[in-house]
Amino acid sequence: MAYSDKVIDHYTNPRNVGTLDKSSHKVGTGLVGAPECGDVMRLQIEVNDDNVITDAKFKTFGCGSAIASSSLATEWLKGKSIDDAMKIDNMDIVEELALPPVKIHCSVLAEDAIKAAINDFRVKNGLEPIEIEKVHH
Amino acid sequence: MNVPIYLDNNATTPMDPRVLEAMLPYFTSKFGNAASRNHPFGWVAEEGVDYAREQVAKLIGANEKEIIFTSGATESDNLAIKGVFEMYKDKGNHIITTVTEHKAVLDACKHVEKLGGKVTYLPVKEDGLVDLAVLEAAMTSETILVSVMYGNNEIGVIQPIKEISAIAHKYGALFMTDAVQAVGKIPVDVNADGIDLLALSAHKIYGPKGVGALYVRRKGPRVKVTAQMDGGGHERGMRSGTLNVPGIVGLGKACELCGLEMESEAKRLSALRDKLESALTVLEESYVNGNVEHRLPHVANISFKYVEGEGLMMAMKDLAVSSGSACTSASLEPSYVLKSLGLSDDLAHSSIRFGLGRFTTEEEVDYAIDVTLKAVTHLRDLSPLWEMFKEGIDLNSIEWAEH
Repeated sequence: MAYSDKVIDHYTNPRNVGTLDKSSHKVGTGLVGAPECGDVMRLQIEVNDDNVITDAKFKTFGCGSAIASSSLATEWLKGKSIDDAMKIDNMDIVEELALPPVKIHCSVLAEDAIKAAINDFRVKNGLEPIEIEKVHH
Repeated sequence: MNVPIYLDNNATTPMDPRVLEAMLPYFTSKFGNAASRNHPFGWVAEEGVDYAREQVAKLIGANEKEIIFTSGATESDNLAIKGVFEMYKDKGNHIITTVTEHKAVLDACKHVEKLGGKVTYLPVKEDGLVDLAVLEAAMTSETILVSVMYGNNEIGVIQPIKEISAIAHKYGALFMTDAVQAVGKIPVDVNADGIDLLALSAHKIYGPKGVGALYVRRKGPRVKVTAQMDGGGHERGMRSGTLNVPGIVGLGKACELCGLEMESEAKRLSALRDKLESALTVLEESYVNGNVEHRLPHVANISFKYVEGEGLMMAMKDLAVSSGSACTSASLEPSYVLKSLGLSDDLAHSSIRFGLGRFTTEEEVDYAIDVTLKAVTHLRDLSPLWEMFKEGIDLNSIEWAEH
């Protein structure tokens, strides 16, 4: 299967690979997927007092499309408010990376990772987690 | 050295130019139908087929009358399994095979089940080999056929064929083997090995695609299979259809070359394979899959824990290899062969198969080592699982959300 140029670009030069201090109350961590399924994403956000994401990092175990989806997600998250970050839809990622149908689950995982990171941040800061629809699975 | 480098010789092999040369006249000047008995065009084609039949028979220690030409090993497997079942179903309705067989065998067995047959799918041991005691325990008075592959296509393990055929015969069953990966790579002898039916393919041994053969024993016992295709009664009534003369000539030549070069090639390839394996298993948490003593000389199947196979192959972009990962399939199921060895799904997802071949050079292997080491390191830097492993976190202690 041929990958799109954008997938190859993100895969070859992944943006924002790394680890934030998960014990910090400013950091939210989302760990989604399962090793048995061949996909695990860890996405972390650092949020300032104005609820704006100032930094985002990822590490992903998975295929090229999974790596590219999470790399793209970190790029989009930086500078966004939490509210706007919640609006990122997996289909935006599919479109941007031109993912074929068999790789849509990679974008779903990236969206799940964003939401899981946001909820981790909310819970750490005494807020209710946002209900996440699991319609994709 | 030209890139990309082809290291997927278990999937298919490039055709040897000497094979092509032998085939060419049979497309043009020697174009006759081998079944045309009344003019020289037919005779010339028939001579080419007869000679090929001898070449194929010689490689496996058979008589040329025991070779049935087919369109490939999938057809040979189907003809053997369905054909034996139909021919011998009054004698018994039970077939034994293994879970690590090629899909052509497994699916032909499923078909037999639909026709009322009973099939036992034997598990394999952790090293990929059949447990002879388990096989013997599965034999019944109803067992008409035992079908066990000679060498496995994913991990390269060689089954104890002589012992397996002896057990089959002890209980009055026939023994069939899918020997696609073994023929031409290691010595195979239908008499010494006690084989009653054997499937082989040309394109795995530097011959053309679309042609193969089924060996069907004629003496001690005389084996018969019911034809699966109706028509002109070619190939002793077992396989109708105008013979693919150029393909058959190519298969014959490919067999002849393998017979001549097998011994030196096996030495050369196993040395290259061992070099590749020892260089790559220097990496932490890398594992060779399958029995390392009883195996084909040209296959290495290695799991690199904490990286995913398809992602890894993308980083090895100048190398053509294959992975036990199945990220592209809708089911997301990794290799059933690796799973049947008892490998966890995550290790199966992390596997890469390197298949060396006649045209693989040491320079290419050195390059493959370099590229693979870099790719695994790159992907582990990206892997959250690797980071957790390095921090001493037990991945089994985490509640993963299966998706």
